[in-house]
Amino acid sequence: MFLLLQANTTELYSLRDLMLIAPELILTVCGCVALVMEVVLPYRKSKWTAYFALVSIGLAAASLASLYFANRDLFPLDGFYGMLRIDGFAILFKAIFLIGAALTVAVSMRYLDVEGEQHGEYYALVLFATVGMMFLACGFDLISLYISLELMALTFYVLVAFTKREKRSNEAAMKYFLLGAFSSGILLYGMSLLYGVAGSTNLGEIGRSIGVALQPSVNELGMMTSGIPLRPLILLGVIALSAGLFFKISAVPFHMWAPDAYEGAPTPVTAFLSTGSKAASFALYLRIFTEALGGLRGTALDWAPLVAIVAAITILVGNWAAVTQENSKRLLAYSSISNAGYVLLGLVAGNSYGYIGIVIYLLVYTLMNIGAFGIIISLRRRGIIGDNVNDMAGLAQKAPGMAAMMAIFMLSLGGLPATGGFIGKYFLFGGLLQRGRLEEKSWYYWLAAWAIINTVVSFYYYVRFIKVMYLGERVADDRPLALSPALRAALVVSLIGVIIIGIYPQPFIDLAQKLITPLTAGALAFR
Amino acid sequence: MMLSLILQQELARMQTTGGVGSPVTAYWPIMVFLVVAIIFPVLPIVLGRFLRPMMYSKTKARPYECGIDPKTEAHDRFTVRYYIVAMLFLIFDVETIFLLPWAIIFMGEDFTFTKFALLEMFIFIGILIVGYYYAWRKGALEWA
Repeated sequence: MFLLLQANTTELYSLRDLMLIAPELILTVCGCVALVMEVVLPYRKSKWTAYFALVSIGLAAASLASLYFANRDLFPLDGFYGMLRIDGFAILFKAIFLIGAALTVAVSMRYLDVEGEQHGEYYALVLFATVGMMFLACGFDLISLYISLELMALTFYVLVAFTKREKRSNEAAMKYFLLGAFSSGILLYGMSLLYGVAGSTNLGEIGRSIGVALQPSVNELGMMTSGIPLRPLILLGVIALSAGLFFKISAVPFHMWAPDAYEGAPTPVTAFLSTGSKAASFALYLRIFTEALGGLRGTALDWAPLVAIVAAITILVGNWAAVTQENSKRLLAYSSISNAGYVLLGLVAGNSYGYIGIVIYLLVYTLMNIGAFGIIISLRRRGIIGDNVNDMAGLAQKAPGMAAMMAIFMLSLGGLPATGGFIGKYFLFGGLLQRGRLEEKSWYYWLAAWAIINTVVSFYYYVRFIKVMYLGERVADDRPLALSPALRAALVVSLIGVIIIGIYPQPFIDLAQKLITPLTAGALAFR
Repeated sequence: MMLSLILQQELARMQTTGGVGSPVTAYWPIMVFLVVAIIFPVLPIVLGRFLRPMMYSKTKARPYECGIDPKTEAHDRFTVRYYIVAMLFLIFDVETIFLLPWAIIFMGEDFTFTKFALLEMFIFIGILIVGYYYAWRKGALEWA
């Protein structure tokens, strides 16, 4: 199909291609401008760069919206000779990244003021990371996907080390860099094997080649040749690819870097790392495993059991390790690990319920996690780190509004009904049950039951925040919180998002269903 | 085990079909290339060890430093500024590497490529200039 679309592009570049990546172009140019602003403006005016970054994210969002409204029926558009594909999936994920980036910039301003590190490079790096994420969502070729992954990862290594005078931040960045580079290598190895099998880096081509390779055929000597010698290669490629991606989404057994990196990184970077970077890695995962490897579902090389086992272990380890944590950033890191496990369930389900679950869960997770980290940031002041769970003691008396917000974010992370987290989990688990009924395999049911049991465990540590805030006699720090307007606005926006998706999810579900349709259609076309 | 099985199967296939078409057989040239690449540097070293005359003296064992007598140990600390210089050098070296093939194919066969190539290279250099300006204003080029 895309060959037809491409056939008329005889020119090397066309304006249409550039229109397709207009949001990214805007962000790239604005990132460069932010870099120049940093060296031109004096230090006390460096907040202008932050506002400029917010404006540029807004411009990119407007251009993304115009892209959506120009193509309401969401026909997948290929650009740059099949390197990119703009479809509903890409637009949806790009919107999530832009929301995450805007909220991150908003919560960063005060944090960097407290740290005395208010530099324009920070915002430039956030913008560049967002560009990487957005290309991850629309890349349709292993090369473009890998380059965008590296763009995102490299900027995040720098961002994690951004408070350069702090030892923990440097240590976190070093660990993250070493393991991240290693995992990128494994991912690249998997990609090269897939390329070796398929002879193309285009995901659609790979999907077709693998489909052909797996068809058993008989050659002129009467031997069953085709496909069989390629199977070990495909298997190795899928495993290496999965291992690299499990690193990126911090799934057990490749989660070791996450708690250290999340704890040591500046808090707003932790927020962005656990939402934007994770969502982008999931976008990559979904793209490759549905478009290129979707045909393997139901064959001897089915990757679903692998993903299911990893998801089950991830949910278990993430939840149980979080129970004993005292540092709230570390606790949220383990919570983020377990959440990666939940989102993987949607991939295992592999039906429209599961995909809707993934998208809605990632959106809600972006909102509620940045919200929770925003509250942790508001506790911070010079000399006091404020990232211990007990630093929240007495917050209900000191700042009842903030305490209530934190309580709602925590309950939503746990997945209480009437919050956004519930809707996401409902679709993720529901997708598994649907698939189980369709295929009449009981392990889908067991997996869903396992996830639900572990969700109950997660309530223990989420509610612990609420207990400390509301039931503690002691007040950790009786000075009032110093909130910046941007931080306040970000918290309120996150709160409204979480509540609206929780109470009236129908428009979001409809939108997600409409935008995700090409993905499910693509996955089904191979069957 | 699995691999040898595949290779056997493929070898059998190669003998019957002339060795064209299967992806695994297509890797044979790469294997040969790998073997040659290993032999090429190792062989001269090993050969040289046996062929050369062995005459060592203290002067000869000293590290060569443009003919001047070395004053300090080679394992010395050096300033972190070299790191930035190395980074800058790397960036502009890579730029040159990009510029060279670009200059060769710039005209193309029928000049259809020229406008695009010119625009593209200006964008590329423009991004580099932003980085250069940033490094300059940050004082990465000041030595004193």
